[in-house]
Amino acid sequence: MNFYNEMFDGERVREPYARLSDWVATMPDDFRQMKQAEAETLFRRIGITFAVYGEGGDPDRLIPFDMMPRVFEQAEWRRLERGIKQRARALNAFLRDVYGRGEIVRAGRIPARLVYQNEAYEKAVVGVVPPRGVYSHIIGIDLVRTAKDEFFVLEDNCRTPSGVSYMLENREIMMRMFPQLFRGNRIEPVDQYPELLRRTLESVAPSKCTDRPTCVVLTPGHFNSAYYEHSFLANLMGVELVEGADLFVDGEFVYMRTTQGPKRVDVIYRRIDDPFLDPLCFRPDSMLGVPGLMDVYRSGGVSICSAPGAGVADDKAIYTFVPEMVRFYLGEEPLLNNVHTWTLWKQDDYRYVMENLADLVVKEVHGSGGYGMLVGPKASKAEVEAFRRKIEANPSNYIAQPTLSLSTCPTFVEEGIAPRHVDLRPYCLCGDRIELVPGGLTRVALREGSLVVNSSQGGGVKDTWVLSE
Amino acid sequence: MKLRISHQTAYRYGHPTRNIVQSLRLTPSVFEGQRTQDWQIEVRGGIRGPGFRDGAGDWIEGWTVRGPSQEVVVSVRGRVETRDTAGVLRGHREMINPLAYLRDTKPTAPDDNLRDLAGSVSETADRLDLAHKLSAAVSAAIAFRPGVTESHTTAAEALKLGEGVCQDHTHALIATARLREMPARYVSGYLHSTINGEPDDAAHAWAEIHIAGLGWVGFDAANACGPDERYVRLGSGLDAQDAAPIRGISQGRGGEMMDVSVSVEELESFQQQSQSQTQS
Repeated sequence: MNFYNEMFDGERVREPYARLSDWVATMPDDFRQMKQAEAETLFRRIGITFAVYGEGGDPDRLIPFDMMPRVFEQAEWRRLERGIKQRARALNAFLRDVYGRGEIVRAGRIPARLVYQNEAYEKAVVGVVPPRGVYSHIIGIDLVRTAKDEFFVLEDNCRTPSGVSYMLENREIMMRMFPQLFRGNRIEPVDQYPELLRRTLESVAPSKCTDRPTCVVLTPGHFNSAYYEHSFLANLMGVELVEGADLFVDGEFVYMRTTQGPKRVDVIYRRIDDPFLDPLCFRPDSMLGVPGLMDVYRSGGVSICSAPGAGVADDKAIYTFVPEMVRFYLGEEPLLNNVHTWTLWKQDDYRYVMENLADLVVKEVHGSGGYGMLVGPKASKAEVEAFRRKIEANPSNYIAQPTLSLSTCPTFVEEGIAPRHVDLRPYCLCGDRIELVPGGLTRVALREGSLVVNSSQGGGVKDTWVLSE
Repeated sequence: MKLRISHQTAYRYGHPTRNIVQSLRLTPSVFEGQRTQDWQIEVRGGIRGPGFRDGAGDWIEGWTVRGPSQEVVVSVRGRVETRDTAGVLRGHREMINPLAYLRDTKPTAPDDNLRDLAGSVSETADRLDLAHKLSAAVSAAIAFRPGVTESHTTAAEALKLGEGVCQDHTHALIATARLREMPARYVSGYLHSTINGEPDDAAHAWAEIHIAGLGWVGFDAANACGPDERYVRLGSGLDAQDAAPIRGISQGRGGEMMDVSVSVEELESFQQQSQSQTQS
């Protein structure tokens, strides 16, 4: 297969990588090894050791950091940015619609079953319109590149996408280790992200809030694999990091216990899943949530980011309809491509997939983290057949996609420098405005030839640069 | 029928308890079959929190008791004028798509026995007829008998026992209806009077099944009938817990006792029927 190389066009170095190329060429081997060790020490010292959302695996394992940045030129980025913002607008319009009148279903553009029988569809929020009509405030959109001007969206993450602390730390560490690189290249900053996040959260405070809004980050606790990120973001935003037990409902509002007495909370950036938010509305045995929170939320006393039930917009079955959402709600043509997806509950698709299983990627509808998936071209005959039997047992649990030729980016490996496949997760913020910092999290499949970038499957991370004009 | 309802629920804690929060679904539904004339909810020592009508059309009220307190008493009293709508929930404003009621929860999860029961009724294009037959099948399969099941008993367990109370009949009917691709939900409310002279729970539960063209229709498998003017509807959910009139929690849980007394009397004739029960 032929892969788009982010840095090289044949022998020629692509423009945005020109200076980096010199940097690599003149770097002595022992210097590189020393720096790589230094980077690892820095990461360990910071304590940033967690798995990216829903990936499982050992939470204390360090995700390998690769010093070779991934670079976008300004024009490339602007194009991506427009596409991402468009998609984020459509996803929120969809959520507003399906928790309201469901026009897109009535119009026959999305099957009712996929929406209302979706396990992420939360009937408790039907009829609740959150401030500014925004349900998903932080949307992580996973993208892959297959050619110079060809990007595909792999999946949307509308609940609580994680990994943004990596974006910030990767940059921080690169700047600390290679300050000269940042003098020689004009790289757009990403460190305004926490400030933008706080502004986004404040902009969706409920109308009952008349003062400057009090925001908090709600974490399930230190045993959670992303706890580092929760405390990191709270810290950088200058807001409190709280657990369920730190909050309580009194009358019409939610309060936080502080040493100065109770303080009303207006916006909760929650990093706990829907079923655990409130034992009076969801799982009664949950100790992580806040009893009565949903009644306060549903009566407009507090904002929850993202809204409970936002996950209905991001599963793999709904994914196939996002381009349709863009057309339906925005009256625009989608700027970002979806990967062609065969849905196995359709007979024609089922037949095609079963006949071409060895060439396709098959995923579980609700799966994540690269688990429970088949990469046909990389699998043995026996693995393909075993997977075929799983599909036969429950076809509607699967979707299939062509094996994409993910772009590669030069990466430091044992033997020197070699191309490895990468993806990209930018973080789109939705409040009174829709904003995106120029950058994101680049994940890299460190194993030679591997197309799976998930950290649980041997993936690493890179700093992601957007060059100024 | 003009009914006067008085419903008291007292929670007693083993030790003084703080910050008791409750979510109450204790206000009669608004639809053609019932008109509420006055209605009062009171939580002794409590602060009234948010009140709102949710997407299912239920009026929800949050209450907090700051405490420390060893007892919380929720009192409801009021009058409702009811009328028989042949079980059809007409004129009820709600926004939730019926398909959202096809999903199973733990108490309604089907097993082989429930599948057999659902399959015992032959296919018919008349969905209303199918729903009636499913309800009759559940009535026949589970005998009414208090005391053998508990609040967490599932439909599958009750069916295996062959005995249970209205909650079990309702869960079983919901499970079988969903197996036949009909959206179904749990309704909590009150019931006046008796069947065949037998006393019945004044606090009651039944099922609603969604029939295309008709909307939501009530079925009371425990009493082998449909809800009429003796029934007062409070609210609905996917199962008993989701539709519970009172959901509450206190910090420092455990050692909680509950006393419930409900009376539903007919105002015209003053035939009173009341009942008390104690659960722990």
